[in-house]
Amino acid sequence: MTKIVTHYNRRSFIKVSAAAGGGMLIGFSWLNGCKSNTPEPEAGVAVPKEWFEINGYIKIGDTGMVTIYSPNPEIGQNVRTSMPMIVAEELDVPWENVVVEQAPLNTGWYQNQFAGGSLSIRLSWNALRMAGATGRRMLMEAAAKEWGLKVTDVTASEGVIKEINGERSITYGEVASKAVGIEVPKEIELKGVKDFKLIGTSVKNVDGEKIVTGKPLFGLDFHRDGMQLAMIQHPPAFGMTVKDFNEAEIKSMPGVKDAFIVDTTVEEPGGFDEKGFKQLIAIVGESTWQLMQAKKALKANWETTGELESSELHVKRLEKALVSGEVQESRRDGNPEAAFKKAAKIIERTYSAPFIAHNTLEPMNFFANVTEDSAELIGPTQTPEALEGSVAKLLNLPLEKVTVNMTRIGGGFGRRLYVHFGVEAAAISKKIGGPVKLIYSREDDMTQGTYRPTYRSVYKAGLDENNNLISFSVKGAGLPEGPVFPNRFPAGAVENYLAEKIKAPTNVTTGAWRAPRSNFTAGAEQAFLDEVAEAAGKDPIDFRLELFDRAIKDPVGEKHEYEAERYAGVLKLVKEKANWGTTKPNVHRGVAAYFCHSTYVAEVFDIIMEKGQPIVEKVWCAVDCGIVVNRDAAENMIQGGVIDGVGHSMYSQLTFENGAPNQMNFDKYQLIRHSQAPKEIEVFFVENEIDPTGLGEPGLPPAIGALANALYKATGQRHYHQPFMTEKQVVG
Amino acid sequence: MANFNLKINGKTQQLDVDPTTPILWVLRDHLKLVGTKYGCGISQCGACTIHLGDNAVRSCQLPVSAVGNQEITTIEGLSENGDHPVQKAWLEEDVYQCGYCQAGQIMNASAFLKKNPNPTDEEIEGAMNGNICRCGTYIRIKKAIKTAANSKTV
Repeated sequence: MTKIVTHYNRRSFIKVSAAAGGGMLIGFSWLNGCKSNTPEPEAGVAVPKEWFEINGYIKIGDTGMVTIYSPNPEIGQNVRTSMPMIVAEELDVPWENVVVEQAPLNTGWYQNQFAGGSLSIRLSWNALRMAGATGRRMLMEAAAKEWGLKVTDVTASEGVIKEINGERSITYGEVASKAVGIEVPKEIELKGVKDFKLIGTSVKNVDGEKIVTGKPLFGLDFHRDGMQLAMIQHPPAFGMTVKDFNEAEIKSMPGVKDAFIVDTTVEEPGGFDEKGFKQLIAIVGESTWQLMQAKKALKANWETTGELESSELHVKRLEKALVSGEVQESRRDGNPEAAFKKAAKIIERTYSAPFIAHNTLEPMNFFANVTEDSAELIGPTQTPEALEGSVAKLLNLPLEKVTVNMTRIGGGFGRRLYVHFGVEAAAISKKIGGPVKLIYSREDDMTQGTYRPTYRSVYKAGLDENNNLISFSVKGAGLPEGPVFPNRFPAGAVENYLAEKIKAPTNVTTGAWRAPRSNFTAGAEQAFLDEVAEAAGKDPIDFRLELFDRAIKDPVGEKHEYEAERYAGVLKLVKEKANWGTTKPNVHRGVAAYFCHSTYVAEVFDIIMEKGQPIVEKVWCAVDCGIVVNRDAAENMIQGGVIDGVGHSMYSQLTFENGAPNQMNFDKYQLIRHSQAPKEIEVFFVENEIDPTGLGEPGLPPAIGALANALYKATGQRHYHQPFMTEKQVVG
Repeated sequence: MANFNLKINGKTQQLDVDPTTPILWVLRDHLKLVGTKYGCGISQCGACTIHLGDNAVRSCQLPVSAVGNQEITTIEGLSENGDHPVQKAWLEEDVYQCGYCQAGQIMNASAFLKKNPNPTDEEIEGAMNGNICRCGTYIRIKKAIKTAANSKTV
């Protein structure tokens, strides 16, 4: 067992203990009209008559049913199952007795209530374990007190407390009422990893039955009697603003209640306030279809206030930045310039990727109900706390007057880190003086995104006469940020190393897109290393392992982010599982490994060519994310990441003309479809006892490199520019 | 505005709506059957798939005036207790990530399996190509369709 002091988390427990007995934690269960005590039908025990708050995460019913509050937004990464699993493990309660509820935003009770950076599990691991362990301990103390024993005389497992030297036993449900007054322990013991019963197994998604039966779960499904619907129209191009529109005509259209220009500018905007258009035309009415018709009838005057950029301009700007742009951040080991001069062979290649949209399948939407002195927000957000702050600023309300509740989210990928759609809903609600649900059309969603920036990087490698890598440099430019991680591999593994990151301006709004920058750097760097290994006459895995060996035994410089042993570990595992080195006729192989978001992933791709088109037959993935919480769901995340990586690097791009995206919907914007997906993806986890790290992002980046390397084997052509399938080089 | 009597999930629903309104919005806004999802509005993503008679159709571009007497089935009416073999297979394979596209996937798969109870992989891919899963659960969807096909009760 691990002893852990609870004090840093004590504030949250004290708060909840004070509320216990009297007030109930208000769980968010809008589906049932806030009947937060309504159990899921699949729960294994009877419906309790009375519930008892144990702490901010746990409520126990008199029948032994346990409600666990899942603190973080659920965007498909399955934290609504895996976070409660961690609590249930330490509480030591049968999973069948557990029902899960979404916690509201509450910065006093919970920490890090956001979905981003693959951080949910990593940041909350200790807090969730402590919540469960503290609850278990308090129940044990309550039982011991009842029996006149010391807490050390009892044991608790599977929801039952037993006397160690006796016959007495009592269930959590029976003793829960007595635990309410028990003082929160100052120190708590956590289970040893070897004693885990639930963590590491495969637990099915707690929302599965609701998903397959079409129950209202998502923000777009939210309904409250009396609410209006609203849609918005933003200027047609970045660099334009709205002047006026045919207000009278729009207001007279069937089903339209109101139409106006809304300003969503907040003072001192934070990073999550990113948005190209602060002034929008809003149309309010009763039905979506009527609002869509009204949008079509809009005649607006737009004003050009900035440059109307095009993709051609973007490429030129990136090329120029690489030559003469100001370097923002860099790392230098040894003397790379001198080493390049000495090198027997030099390989230099340029890689690029376009802007891409997030395209969550559920378009942006939010419910807001703003009154004179309060604001209630309900919907799909990855950053409820940032939304709370921005709405408070917009409406000039104190933070405690703004409440945010999270629905299930139809895809995040970083898009819903940005809070503007919630802010817009609040602004519209304030203007109409009543509750409203804002809905984006797909076109609204795709053409005013916070896109993945467009990137262009030059990689250069120098080999000596013995084909050792003696010098390596990367210079990366992006609109608006460079895609370079100066302290990542191969930093630390090469004697002479230079990394330079260059910014260049754009008025196209950009933001975090699943594995920001990593999604590009992994593809470029891993394809480049494949080419360098080939030039060195070395097997691509052996070549990388040699570099890791150097980083393990005699690391160059300081501060590199990765652990070389774990990096090499996933490469060795994937090598073994894919039987690397064996060949099959007409099957072409590529490999890549990447570390980001504290997780290591190596992938091997097998490709065949059919009618000139590449088909990914099989992918092997080796993953080191420390302890695996929910095994099958973890595999699902990696599989999804691989497919996402293949899809976006092969098919997707957003191009610009006169400041506007050329692609506005899925007829022109290609997303990967069933027939284009890999046929099989096998996932292997490194077994260890390291605290868990994230899985939302790390599966994606190496897929791009491994795919590019397999495509080269299949076609004889290297692929430098995404999306690969629009490159003329793709031939059979 | 015009009056319509629609047969939806075995019940007749009376409505007074703009005849151009797509069934998607009739279901979502007027009948509060929100299991059918809006994804693109131009029949490209399949999130809005329903059954019209035995056929899987995109409800986002199907005007209410075009339905007539045909029976509409939505995800809410696919089975009484969520136990259609395709729904059971989805649960068995724990297919979903965000879950948003899955009602459309299930509706398309169930109509497809009715016509082709023992499909090949290629036939599944062809039939399902109109349904986008942004999270990339395609392999699990295919597996679930095979699981449902093998259950012999579709």
